Amino acid sequence: MVNTMSIPAVLARPAIHTDAETPATKAEAKDLSFYYGAFQALKNIGMVVHEKKVTALIGPSGCGKSTFLRCFNRMHDLYPGNRYEGEIRFHPDDTNLLGRDVDPIEVRMRISMVFQKPNPFPKSIFENVAYGLRVRGLRSRRAIEEKVEQALRRAGLWDEAKDRLQDLAFNLSGGQQQRLCIARALATDPEMLLFDEPTSALDPIATGIIEELIHNLKDKVTILIVTHNMQQAARVSDYTAYMYLGELVEFGVTDEIFIKPKKKETEDYITGRFG
Amino acid sequence: MASEHLSKQYDNDLETLRSGVLQMGGLVEAQIRGAIEAFSTGNQAAMEQVIANEPGVNGHEVKIDIDCSHIIAKRQPAAGDLRLIMAISKTVTDLERIGDEAEKIARMSKQIHERGRVELQHFANIRHAADIALSMLRQALDAFARLDAAAAAGVIREDRAIDTEFRSILRQLITFMMEDPRTISTALEIVWIAKAIERIGDHAKNIAEYVIYIVKGTDVRHTKLEQVEREALG
Repeated sequence: MVNTMSIPAVLARPAIHTDAETPATKAEAKDLSFYYGAFQALKNIGMVVHEKKVTALIGPSGCGKSTFLRCFNRMHDLYPGNRYEGEIRFHPDDTNLLGRDVDPIEVRMRISMVFQKPNPFPKSIFENVAYGLRVRGLRSRRAIEEKVEQALRRAGLWDEAKDRLQDLAFNLSGGQQQRLCIARALATDPEMLLFDEPTSALDPIATGIIEELIHNLKDKVTILIVTHNMQQAARVSDYTAYMYLGELVEFGVTDEIFIKPKKKETEDYITGRFG
Repeated sequence: MASEHLSKQYDNDLETLRSGVLQMGGLVEAQIRGAIEAFSTGNQAAMEQVIANEPGVNGHEVKIDIDCSHIIAKRQPAAGDLRLIMAISKTVTDLERIGDEAEKIARMSKQIHERGRVELQHFANIRHAADIALSMLRQALDAFARLDAAAAAGVIREDRAIDTEFRSILRQLITFMMEDPRTISTALEIVWIAKAIERIGDHAKNIAEYVIYIVKGTDVRHTKLEQVEREALG
C-alpha cells in the first residue's frame, strides 16, 4: 500500500451538468487515480469524454489536468514509479486503456498527442508527417504521399508547405511547426487527439489559427485539451472540466460552466478570484 | 460574489458600476416623485425640474454602458461577473426609460394644469398607483444592491397590483368621459399618465428579473410568477 500525501477533499462529489442531448461516449475515466511514486496526483476521477466534441480541462497549476490528459495515451508508462488505479474505457470497443494487457503503442496509435512547445523531428516537413505512417508499416510511396497531403491539409498547413516539403521542419515558424505536429498526429488517423496547452508558446494570430483548426477537426476526431487560458477553453470547447488538487470539481457544457457554474470553487477560478 | 478578485482594480471597476446604477436609480426615483408632485399640485417649478433633469438620466445610461463595454473588453468577465455586467447594461436601459416616463408625466401634467378646470381629487388613485410604482422601483434597486433574489421576486409579484390599479383608473376615466365630453382632452392626458405609471411598474419588474438572473443565473423573463418564485426562493 502506498503512503499517499494527504489531499484535502474539495468536495464530496463533483458537480456534473447533464446535457439535453448527450452525444456518444468516446472515453470514460472510472474511479481513476494516479500516483507519481508516493504522491497521489489524481483522485478518483470519473468523467466522460464525448465523441467528436472538444473537452477542455482547466484548473490552476498542479491540479492534475496534464497528468489526467497523459493517462489517455499512457505517457506515464515511460517513467518508473508511476502507477494508475481505476480505468479509462475507450469506445466503441470498450477497451481499458490502462489495462496491463493493452499495448501502449497501440493506444498511442489511436490517441495522438500535441504538446505545449512544437516538437517536430529534425527531419523534413514531409518526413515528419510520414514518420508515423512508416512506423505503422506503410511502405507504398504513393500511399504515404497521399496521407501526408491529407494530414497537412487537415492541419491547415498544405498551402504554406506544399512547395517546401523537403525543407527542414525547423525552418517553419512556431505556429506552422505546431500545425506540423498536429498534421503528424493526424497522419495515422487517430480517434482522439490530446492537446497539452497547444498555443501557450504561440502568438495571438498563430493561436487563432490553431483554435480554428481544433474547431474544424472535431468533425472527425474527439479532442481533449488542457489549457491555462480560460477564454480559450470557453472559445474552443463544447465541454469543460474544472480540476483542483487532483480532483474533478465540476464537469459540464462549456456555455453553462462559464455562465452559471454550479460550484463556488469553479466560479472563483473562472472569475479570477482564485487565490 | 462575496470574495474578492485577485485584481483589486477589477473589484473597483465593478464597484464603480454597481454604485453608478444605484446613483442613477436614486435620480430616477426623484424624477418620478417630482413628476407626481407636478401632477398633483400643478407645481410649475417641479415640472420644469423634471424636464431639466432628464438629460442627466440619459448621461448616466451612456456612461454606465461605456464602462460595461470597457470591463468586457479588458477583463473578459465570466459567470457571476458576466451576469452582473449583462444585467447592469439592461438595468440602465430600464432606468432610462423610467426617466422618460417621468418626463412624460411632467409634460402631461403641465398641459392639464395649463388647460385648467381639473378636479384632481378624483385622481387619488393615480397617486396610489404612482406610490406602488415608486415602491416597486425602490425595492428592485434595494434587491439589486443587496443581491436579494427573494426581495426581487416580491417586486415581480407587486406588478399585478399596479396592473389592476391601471384598469380601475381606465374604467373611472371612461365614466367621466361619458358623463361629460368636455373632460375628454384632460381624461386622455390622464390615461397617458396612468399608462406611464404602469410602464414604470413594468420596468421595475424587469430590473427585479435581472437581479434574479444575477443571483440565480436563471433568466426568468416571460415566465409565470409561480415559476419565478420557485427560482428565486429555491
